[in-house]
Amino acid sequence: MEDYTFTDLSKTREELLSGSVSATSLTNLYLKRAAEGDRFNAFLEVFHDSALTAAKRLDDKIASGQPVGKLAGAIVGIKDNMCYQGHKVSAASKILEGFESVFTATAIQRLIDEDAIILGRLNCDEFAMGSSNENSAFGPVKNPINEDLVPGGSSGGSAAAVAADLCMVSLGSDTGGSIRQPAAFCGLVGVKPTYGRISRCGLIAFASSFDQIGPFTKSVHDAELVYQVMAGRDAMDATSSSKSVHESPSTKEKFTFAYYDEVMNSPGLHPRTKELFIQKLDALRAAGHEVISTSFPYLDHLVPCYYVLTTAEASSNLGRYDGVHYGRRSEASEDIPTTYFNSRTEGFGAEVKRRIMLGTFVLSSGYYDAYYSKGQKVRRLIKNATDEILKKADFIISPTTPHPAFKMGEKANDPIALYLEDIFTVQANLSGNPAITIPMGTTDDGLPLGVQLFGRSFDEATLFRAASLI
Amino acid sequence: MEVNDKTIDKLSDLSRLIFDGEERDNIKRDLDKMLVFVDKLNSLDTDGVDPLVYMTEETLQLRKDEVGKELSPSEALKNGPSHDSDYFKVPKVLDK
Repeated sequence: MEDYTFTDLSKTREELLSGSVSATSLTNLYLKRAAEGDRFNAFLEVFHDSALTAAKRLDDKIASGQPVGKLAGAIVGIKDNMCYQGHKVSAASKILEGFESVFTATAIQRLIDEDAIILGRLNCDEFAMGSSNENSAFGPVKNPINEDLVPGGSSGGSAAAVAADLCMVSLGSDTGGSIRQPAAFCGLVGVKPTYGRISRCGLIAFASSFDQIGPFTKSVHDAELVYQVMAGRDAMDATSSSKSVHESPSTKEKFTFAYYDEVMNSPGLHPRTKELFIQKLDALRAAGHEVISTSFPYLDHLVPCYYVLTTAEASSNLGRYDGVHYGRRSEASEDIPTTYFNSRTEGFGAEVKRRIMLGTFVLSSGYYDAYYSKGQKVRRLIKNATDEILKKADFIISPTTPHPAFKMGEKANDPIALYLEDIFTVQANLSGNPAITIPMGTTDDGLPLGVQLFGRSFDEATLFRAASLI
Repeated sequence: MEVNDKTIDKLSDLSRLIFDGEERDNIKRDLDKMLVFVDKLNSLDTDGVDPLVYMTEETLQLRKDEVGKELSPSEALKNGPSHDSDYFKVPKVLDK
């Protein structure tokens, strides 16, 4: 059992049904890996007892010949910002110290209903704010491919755990690239579904009009499977869409891919990223697809627009952490105001405080129109321009990140440099479109790079099909 | 727009956050940098553009107003840092 090699979820499910492995032995194996093999600080906690209980229930089902779910045997890690009843969740923040979920996130419940086994919760940037996983109150996550490097963020633990075989698949959340960038840095497939596709009920909010849950996997096929189980209308999230999840993909043999001239000419683009990306475009042309270049005039406005709007939403969403209703209260609380001030000041980390302050500024009287409304207008321009491009092309294609994973500490003192990490990923969150990253090759020293496809809203089916074609 | 002490005072009060000493210098510097960064948006002409407020194109659907499975008082209170069986507790509000 020790040397069990995971290939894909459908194979694991077949092995279970044929009796060559049991859910209990698989769960024990992964519990051991997560406990002993986690040199990367990926897991904050393993859910030992509930994982084994779920495994036993699944083994009993199989033994008694009952039908089993689509995710039978899937050993899943979840980002530490998703609620799972009776288990701790902290958003990697001190302010939620001791907090235990009183209900289960819809996305997690749908996985459990299909017989997935939830192995534990995974480290991330505090409140999902960051692009390097260096902002966790529980220490940074290391990249399993090279431990001197960051795994990307904010879902860095989710990426590291799958890359290091500590779980089979994991969930992350993506507000500006927090699934796709770490997936690219760790050589994985990562998906940000269309806004509204997967219920946010039970996801700790960062920026509510941007956040989406999505999977980290080793194959496009697994990503689609996990996505399909989670996707679809949920009465508990009014912004979740009623559109059918199981639409058939476009049967077109040849697709049109658009890339941006501005990306090709971007000075921040690593030479190897550019080289691999050009090779990818050539391969698409050679396979008969159409590749067109287009101009996207808002490339430099994407990240500023994202920061105005997400910090505004975050400052409002994080108002609920008051040292009264949940989590941690400062010992120095003497009255109501000092309870609020001290609990928040002691509980939040520096990056979260920076964003709350900027968000408060852009929403404050006198600056609201100049910053917040302006941001919403620019978001409209970005969405319109995106829709126009996706009328003439099936997909927008770009590198997922400008360069491979960087050294820990390299960008820690420069928030703006870190913000620019998201330059190719934020557009999908600003416009709401679905996007996927898949591995595109490595640098000479073996660091993975990803290519991103970005498709029409609510047409994930075609996005997955194209991702498996290329 | 320059970030001065008065700005920091106002924002930290609204945010219920305290910035003292070195942290105060840091947040002043960082906020200044961030504002310069987001000022880039002003290079775009947005006259006559409707702000994009809601990302959902479907009409939001309300649930029926029915009594459902709710949290029990003990579940709702259990994560509070200080509570009794019925209420969250806070430090004294009024002095004698």
